[in-house]
Amino acid sequence: MILTTRWQLRDLLERVHAIAMVGASANPLRPSYTVFSYLRRQPGYEVTPINPTLGAIDGIKAFPSLTAYAAQFGPPDVVDVFRKPSELVAVVNEAIAVKARAIWFQYGVINPEAIARADAAEMDVVVDRCMKVEHARFRGGLATSGMNTGLITSRWRSP
Amino acid sequence: MIKQAREFGFETRALHAGAPPDPATGSRAVPIYQTAAYVFGSTEQAAELFALRSYGHIYSRISNPTVAAFEERMASLEGGLGAVAFSSGLATQLCMVLSVAQAGDHIVCTQNVYGGTVTQLSVTVKRMGIATTFVPVEDLDGVRAAVRPETKLVFVETIGNPSGALADIRAFAELAHDVGLPLVVDNTFATPYLCRPIEHGADIVVHSATKFINGHGTTIGGVLVESGKFPWDNGRFPLLSQPSPGYHQKVFTETFGEYAFLMRARAEVLRDVGAQMAPLDAWLLLQGLETLALRMDRHVRNAREIAAFLQTRPEVAWVREPKLGSIFTFGLRGGRDAGRRFIDALELWSHLANVGDSKSLVIHPASTTHSQLSDDELRKAGVEPESVRLSVGLEDAGDLIWDLQNALEKAGA
Repeated sequence: MILTTRWQLRDLLERVHAIAMVGASANPLRPSYTVFSYLRRQPGYEVTPINPTLGAIDGIKAFPSLTAYAAQFGPPDVVDVFRKPSELVAVVNEAIAVKARAIWFQYGVINPEAIARADAAEMDVVVDRCMKVEHARFRGGLATSGMNTGLITSRWRSP
Repeated sequence: MIKQAREFGFETRALHAGAPPDPATGSRAVPIYQTAAYVFGSTEQAAELFALRSYGHIYSRISNPTVAAFEERMASLEGGLGAVAFSSGLATQLCMVLSVAQAGDHIVCTQNVYGGTVTQLSVTVKRMGIATTFVPVEDLDGVRAAVRPETKLVFVETIGNPSGALADIRAFAELAHDVGLPLVVDNTFATPYLCRPIEHGADIVVHSATKFINGHGTTIGGVLVESGKFPWDNGRFPLLSQPSPGYHQKVFTETFGEYAFLMRARAEVLRDVGAQMAPLDAWLLLQGLETLALRMDRHVRNAREIAAFLQTRPEVAWVREPKLGSIFTFGLRGGRDAGRRFIDALELWSHLANVGDSKSLVIHPASTTHSQLSDDELRKAGVEPESVRLSVGLEDAGDLIWDLQNALEKAGA
């Protein structure tokens, strides 16, 4: 299913634990490093870089492929993707093969065929959203910089 | 956890958006976080914050929890992605311009906008190397013709000041988008209760929050809201789509996606200009927003009654009835001198240079803001010598009319 509402994204972010990040970079200027660096510090998340050109990022071992990752850890709860649109069908095929439960395409990471394939395989699919931003929406980070979280509540939740 | 899937209405968001109970204390009112800086949890957390990889407050010139509550509420009411608050409406406009333009760039702005905006763009911003072409708000072809390769934005006011002319926001947005530009709308006179420009295609909304948002004439402030829908990576905006020397060579469009403009406006422009909103001011503006809908309904009702009254008076030559909002002008048959006598005879209306207060305000431009000009020069500037501007407040309409009637009788024809 393609998830679009903020409530669907919140539920996904709450139920995932193992995150395989395809295309995570070690270059601090890259968005894929920013998101990796943020998510790996969040309680409850195990973030693993999938990148055949790197041994590790910030001391966290990288795997050359989703297949290699799954051989050690089993299916990831979500595959977070930072790759060119032309490579996405291959990423989805591999995600299906390792029985990943969800796939998250970051900003601009869009390929209609890849999306349709993931959807048809009954994965939860998120398109053109940032996992860091959506996580921060529900954990208070986004609100610190005047962003419209869309959250309205009179219930007290201490952090 | 929150189980709602409801999109709340305007009045609900005016009370609640940006303001869940304070996480630290449960305080129901938004606390005034009167602090300059914030302690880091660790050196590692500090590094992540400075690199914009994690969220949190560093220094109140860049962000503050009380100000953030006001920003989020404004973003919610305007239907935008987020907001950045500034120390005044003019500071907001300057920082909005600096977020997308630099020396050599160009702006297209409608004529007869607020005089402070004209001066800011045609003198101060021009000295910074950013030129502006002013075009009449009715002349869409002229606006299109004024666009150059180096143009960065099209600027209009929802309701012209003091002309009262309404901008066709959808037409302006279509025109701007056709040539790859964002439409910026000053929505001060309408407020998001009467008009939400983003719903009509605008990309950025700016406000002087000093007016109806504050509502009580106590606070100078401004805010910009952005839709998050404009393609800042379309090739026309290198400040957003090229590596920034102001922020570790970050490419804002790449790192922040739809948040690129808002992040640059805060992390680079607000940081470097230092025109931040004070926490106490944000708190006063939040108080004002809570009653915005109630106040605007009453402002509009009183303005209509008063415009109808003025139409019946022999001393009045003309009335430019408000199409939207509660600020309008009328002309006295007796010209500039009658204007002076009228103002001096008022008891309840406050004679001052502001609008949007809960108290009714009046000004006679020919004897105040424009008093150095001759009658001919006034007309050239688009201000009639006999013109009086009213900002109709929330008093008993009968009392306001009583005061106007007395003053009209004293001013004579």
